[in-house]
Amino acid sequence: MEYIIEMIDIYKEFPGVIANNNITLRLKKGEVHALLGENGAGKSTLMSILFGLYHADRGTIKVRGKEVNIQNPNVAYDLGIGMVHQHFQLVHNFTVTENIILGSEGKQILDRKTASKKIKDLSVRYGLNINPNDKIEDISVGMQQRVEILKMLYRDAEVLIFDEPTAVLTPQEIIELMNIIRNLIEEGKSVILITHKLKEIKLIADRCTIIRRGKYIGTVDVGKTTTGEMAKMMVGREVLFNVDKDEAKPGEVILEINDLNVLNSRKTLGLKNFSLSVKCGEVMGVAGVEGNGQTELVEAITGLRKTESGTIHISGNEISRLSIRKRYETGLSYIPEDRHKHGLILDYTVGENMIMKLYYQEPYSKRGILNPTAIEEHSNKVMELFDVRAGEGNMSLASNLSGGNQQKAIVGREIDMNPDLLIAFQPTRGLDVGAIEYIHKRIIEQRDAGKAVLLVSLELDEILDLSDRVAVVAGGELIDVVNIEDTNENELGLMMTGVRREDMHE
Amino acid sequence: MNKKNSVLVRSLLATGLGLVAGAIMMLFIGANPFEGYFYLVKGAFMSVERTFNVVGTGTALVLTGLSVAFAFKTGLFNIGAAGQMLIGGLCASTVGLLVPLPRIALLPTMFIAAALGGGLWGAVPGVLKAKFNVHEVVATIMMNWIAYWIAFYYIPTFIKAEFMTTESALLPAKASLKIPWLTELTNGSYINLGIIIAIAMVILIKFILDKTTLGYELKAVGYNRDAAQYAGIKVNKNIILSMVIAGALAGLAGFVYYCGYSQNMQIGKLPSLGFDGIAVALLGASSPWGVLAAAMFFGLLHSAKGFMNAITGIPPQISDTIIAIIIYFTATSLFIERLIKKVIARRKEKAKDAKGGED
Repeated sequence: MEYIIEMIDIYKEFPGVIANNNITLRLKKGEVHALLGENGAGKSTLMSILFGLYHADRGTIKVRGKEVNIQNPNVAYDLGIGMVHQHFQLVHNFTVTENIILGSEGKQILDRKTASKKIKDLSVRYGLNINPNDKIEDISVGMQQRVEILKMLYRDAEVLIFDEPTAVLTPQEIIELMNIIRNLIEEGKSVILITHKLKEIKLIADRCTIIRRGKYIGTVDVGKTTTGEMAKMMVGREVLFNVDKDEAKPGEVILEINDLNVLNSRKTLGLKNFSLSVKCGEVMGVAGVEGNGQTELVEAITGLRKTESGTIHISGNEISRLSIRKRYETGLSYIPEDRHKHGLILDYTVGENMIMKLYYQEPYSKRGILNPTAIEEHSNKVMELFDVRAGEGNMSLASNLSGGNQQKAIVGREIDMNPDLLIAFQPTRGLDVGAIEYIHKRIIEQRDAGKAVLLVSLELDEILDLSDRVAVVAGGELIDVVNIEDTNENELGLMMTGVRREDMHE
Repeated sequence: MNKKNSVLVRSLLATGLGLVAGAIMMLFIGANPFEGYFYLVKGAFMSVERTFNVVGTGTALVLTGLSVAFAFKTGLFNIGAAGQMLIGGLCASTVGLLVPLPRIALLPTMFIAAALGGGLWGAVPGVLKAKFNVHEVVATIMMNWIAYWIAFYYIPTFIKAEFMTTESALLPAKASLKIPWLTELTNGSYINLGIIIAIAMVILIKFILDKTTLGYELKAVGYNRDAAQYAGIKVNKNIILSMVIAGALAGLAGFVYYCGYSQNMQIGKLPSLGFDGIAVALLGASSPWGVLAAAMFFGLLHSAKGFMNAITGIPPQISDTIIAIIIYFTATSLFIERLIKKVIARRKEKAKDAKGGED
């Protein structure tokens, strides 16, 4: 079978890192080819080279057997290569049609009608179900992604590159996307799928090229390879999919919440008469659909949000009126949901980020003067303990770290503070298998060391893997607290919609 | 390190481009730009007096520039340096004129008065921002005009000159930052103790920003307010504090300007140095030493433009235009950065090609 695209021995170096070290990827016509690697392995760099955003230092690219020099994305378009970016590039107050023809209007006078018709036709042909006259701001994220796909099809792309396409989608939308990709293949297109999710590869891909830390590991036939084997190639060692943990040995109560009421951003009650207690030596999972009070709960405990009424005790101390800093000093650590908004100051170095909550204490500062040696030692220690990799060590800007390393830095910083209570809000969001496994292990370690852990996650798998007990929230209310052995995915899913256990068995 | 260099290159390039644009304008009005720049430089350095005038003229700019730069670091835009400077000048002049103290005690008292006055003027927008989320740009502009009209009333009422009602009385020698022997040594230049104050502040601000927990907090708030709050840093306190310090620096600019460069104050004038401070901060990339260099460069342009005009007939406004163009180029630094990258990439490619040829 002929190859439509061949990238041979691609080498690309950035200051301090070799992003691509002689990587080869061959895409057959009409196949879904997955590009698998952890965050920071060099997937995006490789695809950016194919798309003309970067230039390789060495190596050749062949399209339909002919060697090409892709100077910029326009050249890539002309060669029939299109990319669906992870972050959509759409004008929100434009219609679908306007967005798609943007940049390729052609003549002086916009011919919206013809364009609309072509878009409609494409939409029907590929089963995209898009109305060309809808405004972007009115359609869902999943639909916006389809507009991005349409944009490429409108430009007659033969090869579509999907960059982590499922990161922003709901489970339902993921299934639909998979069907769309199948339609694309049936119509003779070829697809490169950048991902680190093995499930999806197994579901849709024909072959899979695996890279690790910039190096080419191999290309496998997905049908003949297990997920375990692929994970091993990606991470470089055996990966445990199930978290290994002993039985919990819960002790006294650490976190005690009583009748808590908290307003949400719309100034209505986001959390209603909420009571919960978490003991040391256990992981309490909080399960729920997004926006059902999880943010309000976590921010009320950490002090980022005011409470209306009710009490919060940590190890017997009432904290609901304390400053944020005082709460941390009471023995609270917090891995926030959004690592860029809250977790890190991206313009600060890793070292400076490591002392975010400690900088005012000795030895990191004395009488208001920072102590660079102590800061460096501390951050080197945490970076080593938590396997945070960065080009220039603790002097690297936080923004230059890969997502996984950023998250490990935060997890390291928070756990190193040796808290009585660790709150982890979506601690593995957007991370790859290796990093997830690692962070899960560290969270269980905290439990085993006799700490209380409050784990809030939107991923039911994560809740099921880690929790000893699960608190289910819906509509800002506590539906129930159940032991993990006494429940299952189905039951939890039902409770997340607000159905109480008693009612289920009637 | 790399980032620092690129910032320096960017500022130098902006300056160079500004000078080129100035030369083109000189050509348009039929003047010889080489001659123009020659006399501009000559006007700045031809004599001891003129050389020190450059420093004297740039002194207050160092402090207003520092004021704006400091607020920038905390993510605030202080357009109120002019008003803060005016209030600082009023406070210092009042103390200088009315408080009977020996020089050794008087000058420090004036210093403190100026810093407090400016600091208060910065505190108001700071509090408004922290408590009511009033944008500091709006608040500081308002404060400028409040300062302007206060001076309009205050100077003739409390500290007026003997004969003129539009000016304050001349400061006695003991209340002036001018040092008689230095003034004499430099043939009557504008240089005064203010430059010591300015340099001391540059060092102090550099120290605060880089080495202290205060600087750590202020920058954290400037870079990422949400993360700062998450870390337990009191964001509102830092916003107010940053504006107070910025205001105090501008207040000191008023001290060195009205009690050093000139010896009294006039009503009906909002000092343009306050706004030039924004330009200085931009060109200096908000770094304290960068601000010092930029302020001295602007001091040169300001103090020498008259000479250039007298000899060559090139209008002195060319000098102001050059400043304006430099600001444009600095503000469009992204464009310049891209240009630099392109040049470097092309050079690399060429080098590669050359190598390829050898193979």
